[in-house]
Amino acid sequence: MSEARGAILDRIRAAKGASSTVSAAEAYAKISRTYLRGGQLDREGIVDLMEERLREYDAGVFRVAHDEAGAIVARVLQARGLSRVLVPAGLPAEWMRGCEFVVDAGFNAGQLDSFDGVLTTATVGIAETGTIVLQNAPGQGRRAITLVPDYQMCVLRVDDLVETVVEAMARLEKTKELATTFFSGPSATADIEMTRIKGVHGPRFVDVLLVG
Amino acid sequence: MSRIPLDPRTAPSFQAAAKVSLQDTQLRKNVKHATEVIQAKRKKLVDEKKDWQELREAGRQIRAHSLAHLEIYLEEFERNFTSAGGVLHWARDAKEAQEIVVRLTKEIGADEVIKIKSMTTEEIQLNRALEAAGVKAYETDLAELIIQLGEDQPSHIVVPALHKNRAQIREIFMREMNLPNLGESPQDLADAARTFLREKFLRVKTGVSGANFLIAETGGICIVESEGNGRMCLTMPDTLIAVVGIEKVIPRFQDLEVMLQILARSATGERMNPYNSIWTGVHEGDGPKAMHVVLLDNARTDVLADSEGRQTLQCIRCAACLNACPVYRQTGGHAYGSVYAGPIGAILTPQMMGMEHAQSLPYASSLCGACYEVCPVKINIPEVLIHLRHKVVERSGWWAPEKVAMKAVAAVFRSEKRFRAAQRLGRMAEAPLVKKEKQVEGLVQLKGSETTTPGWIGWLPGLMGGWTDTRDLQAMPKETFRDWWEKR
Amino acid sequence: MKVALFITCYNDTLFPATGKAVVEVLERLGHTVEFPVGQTCCGQMHWNTGYQDEALPLLERFVTQFEHCEAVVIPSSSCVAMMRDHYVLMAEKIGDPVLMERVKALLPRVWEFSEFLTKKLGLTDVGAYYPHRVTYHASCHGLRSLHLGDGPMSLLRSVKGIDLVEIANLERCCGFGGTFAVKNADVSSAMLAEKTLAILDTGAETCAAADNSCLMHIQGALHRQRTGVATMHLAEILAGTEETHQCSIHPKAIDGTGVRV
Repeated sequence: MSEARGAILDRIRAAKGASSTVSAAEAYAKISRTYLRGGQLDREGIVDLMEERLREYDAGVFRVAHDEAGAIVARVLQARGLSRVLVPAGLPAEWMRGCEFVVDAGFNAGQLDSFDGVLTTATVGIAETGTIVLQNAPGQGRRAITLVPDYQMCVLRVDDLVETVVEAMARLEKTKELATTFFSGPSATADIEMTRIKGVHGPRFVDVLLVG
Repeated sequence: MSRIPLDPRTAPSFQAAAKVSLQDTQLRKNVKHATEVIQAKRKKLVDEKKDWQELREAGRQIRAHSLAHLEIYLEEFERNFTSAGGVLHWARDAKEAQEIVVRLTKEIGADEVIKIKSMTTEEIQLNRALEAAGVKAYETDLAELIIQLGEDQPSHIVVPALHKNRAQIREIFMREMNLPNLGESPQDLADAARTFLREKFLRVKTGVSGANFLIAETGGICIVESEGNGRMCLTMPDTLIAVVGIEKVIPRFQDLEVMLQILARSATGERMNPYNSIWTGVHEGDGPKAMHVVLLDNARTDVLADSEGRQTLQCIRCAACLNACPVYRQTGGHAYGSVYAGPIGAILTPQMMGMEHAQSLPYASSLCGACYEVCPVKINIPEVLIHLRHKVVERSGWWAPEKVAMKAVAAVFRSEKRFRAAQRLGRMAEAPLVKKEKQVEGLVQLKGSETTTPGWIGWLPGLMGGWTDTRDLQAMPKETFRDWWEKR
Repeated sequence: MKVALFITCYNDTLFPATGKAVVEVLERLGHTVEFPVGQTCCGQMHWNTGYQDEALPLLERFVTQFEHCEAVVIPSSSCVAMMRDHYVLMAEKIGDPVLMERVKALLPRVWEFSEFLTKKLGLTDVGAYYPHRVTYHASCHGLRSLHLGDGPMSLLRSVKGIDLVEIANLERCCGFGGTFAVKNADVSSAMLAEKTLAILDTGAETCAAADNSCLMHIQGALHRQRTGVATMHLAEILAGTEETHQCSIHPKAIDGTGVRV
C-alpha cells in the first residue's frame, strides 16, 4: 500500500518535469479571481429573491416576524397534517409548537423513518440559488435527521441570508470542517426523458420560514 | 441492451460502432431530445450569469494549478483526511483499486453494498470485481439503476440512461421490480425506484462512492448530486468507501465557490443542484464510523506527463461537452466504446489506454469547437484531439494507405510545379467519373463557357468512397484560379 | 492598398469562381491585388489529421511567399483559423527563432475575406446586387476561432435586392470537418442531413458561407437530393452588381439543379 503511494507520488513528480521556482502557495495566490464576489441587492431584495427561488422549487415559503415564528410553525405543521416531528438539540423552545417534538437521541434508520418530518434552523441561506446550508451544529443536527423523514421545515433567520455563493462560502469558512449539506430544492431527477421529477430520495416536501 | 461492450480494449472502432448507433431511431430521438433540453437550460442560466467567463477562467486556473502541484495537494489531503479519522489507500491501477475495495468489504464481512453513481468505479469495472468476490453492489442513482437492471451500459456521464425513454424504462422496472401494474408517467417510475431503493438505504451497512472534489486544505470530500441517493449512501451506512481519481483534488474549501457555480450550470442547467455534501473524515455520531478513500492513478499520471494532453485532467465531469457535441448528438455514448463518451471521452479514453486502444476516438470529431466553448474549465478539446491524432499517426506504419497518400499530397504541396501538375492530373483522373450529359434534341447545349458548372461525380473509389455514399461531388473546373490569373 | 490573395489549395482547384469574385470585389473597391504564384496550401489538412511533420514545411512556404505583403486576404475561415490557432505552435516545433519572429510579424496582416472588408476596411456595403433568397451558414472556424460574429451577415444585409433568411441552429456544425467527412462519413452525413433540413426550411435559393469547404459538403447533399438549392461563397454574392448580374437559369440544367450563370 505504501509502495503504491510512493510509486504514484514519484510518477506525479516525474510527470511534471522540472519543478517551477514558484511555490504552490505563491502560485495559488496568483489565481485570478475576477468573478463577482458580492451581490448587488439590498436586504429586502435578498429576501425577495430567496423567496422567489424557493417557490420555483415548490417549497412553501413563509415570511414571519421573530415573535410569530412559533405560531406559524404550528399552523404550517398542522396544515401539513404532521403529528410527530424530529428536532435536533439546541432549537429555540418557542419554535416547537403545534405537534409532538422529539429531540434526536441518535435514532437508528428505522426509528428515523417513523417520524413525519424534521424541523431545524440553518447556518446560511443563498438567495441567488435558493440554497439552504445545514451543518452539524446546535439547532441543525446530524445529517441523517434531514435525510430520512419525508418532510423538512427550516426556520431561517433573515440575517443569515446572503445573496451569492461566494459570500456564503466566506460565512462557512469558520466552520468548514463540520459535516455540511447544501439544499437547493427537494430531491429531483431528470433521468427519465429529461422530465424533472421531484422527490426521489430525501424529503419530498419542504417548507421554509424566513424570520426577521 | 447495449450491443457494444464498453471496454476500450475490445470496443470496435468509432466508425463501426457509429454505424450501429445511427440505425437506432429510438436512440437518436432520445439523445437529441435530452441534449437539447439540457443545452437550453444551461444557456438560459449562463446568459443570466454576468461573470460566467470570469468563473470559467478561475475554474481553469484552479484546476490547472491543482494539477501543477498535484503531489503537494494530495499529501496535504492525506494529512488532513487521516487526522480527521479517514483511512487513505493508493491504487496504481484498476486491478489494485478493485483488490483494495474487495478486501475492505471482506474485512467488515459485507456481502452487499449500496453505490452512489461514480464514473470512476465504472472505469475500473468495480461491480464486476465485487460480484466475483460474492458482494452484491446495488446502484442507487436512478439512471444507474436503470442501466443495472437493464443489463445495459452508461451512455452519458451525467445522465447515463439518456438513451432510454419512459417506455423502455417502464419495461425494465416492470420486469425487474416485479410491478406488473406499473404506471407510465415519469413520476410513477420515480416512485417505483424510490420504494425499491429505500429499504436498501435503511438496511445496507456499506456504501461505495466516488467523489466530485477532494479538498486538500481540510481533508474534506464533496459529493454533488440531485436525487438524494448520494446522501443516503454517504450518511446511513457504517462504512463508506470512496474511489477517487487523483486529479480530483482542489486546494481549498473556498475554491468550491467557483467549482459549484460552474458545475451545476454546466451539468444540469441549474443554478445549484439539489444536494451538495461536504464532510471531513469521520464525524462523531454523524454518518459512517469508517471512512475510506482509495486514490486512483490508472494512467492519470501518464496523461499528466504529456504537456499537451495534461489539460484533459482538468475535467470536472459536467458533460456539457457531450450535450454540445454535434457528433454525440447523432450517435449517443455507446459508440465511443468507453464509459467516458463524447468529446471528453474522445481525449481521455485513448490517453488512459496508452494510445494502444481507442485510436479511432480522436477522429470522432469534426473539430467544430462547440465543446471548448462550453467547457467550464476551458479544456481546449480540439487542440488535444489534434495532438492525439498526431500520436495515432506516429504509431501507424509507413505502409498505411492513408499515410502513403498524405505523404504524397504533402510532397505535391511543397512545390508549385508539382501542385500544378497534380491539378492537371486530378482533372484527367476524375474525367471518367464525371457523369456525361447526353445530347438532348431540342435543348440548347452551351459550349465550354467557364461559368457553366463543370459536371458532377456520383461515385469515388477507395478512401474517398465515403463521400459519394451520400453526397455528390462537383467535378473540377477546366481552369484553375491560377490558370485564369495568368491569362489576365 | 496592395492586397495579396492566398487563394487556398482547394479554392484554386475546385472553386476558382470564388477567387475571381474576391479579385472583382477588391478591385472594385479600388485596391490592387497580387497573387504570389508559389503559394500552395496552408497545411491544415495534414496538421488536423495528425500529420504534423508534413505540415511544418508548408508554414515556412506560406511565410516566405507572403511576408513582403501589406495585407493577405484569404477566402476561407478554416485556413485563417489554422494560421491563428496553430502557426505559432508549429513554429515552436520547428524550433527556429527567426522563423517564429517572421510568423508573428505576418499573422496580424492575415485576414479572412469578410473580416478584411468589415474589420480592416470598416465596410458593410460593397455595392453588391443579388436579388435572390439567401440563407447564411456560419462555418465553425469562422464562428468560434475567428469570431466573425455578425460581420458576414452585415455584408449580406447590405446587398441590394437580397432576401436574407436566417437559418435555424446557426451554430451547429454541418459535419464537414475536413477528413472527418470521409473518415467518419456516416456521422458526417447524419449531421449534414440536419443542416440540409435547416437550409430547406428557409426556402432559400442559395446557401451562402465564407467557406467553400462547408459549401462543398452541403452542396453534395443539396445536389444529390435534387433540391434545386445552390451554394455560393459570400465573395461571389458580393461580386455581383446590377450591371453584371443575370437572373436566368440556363436551359442546360437538364439534371434539375439550379445553374448559376
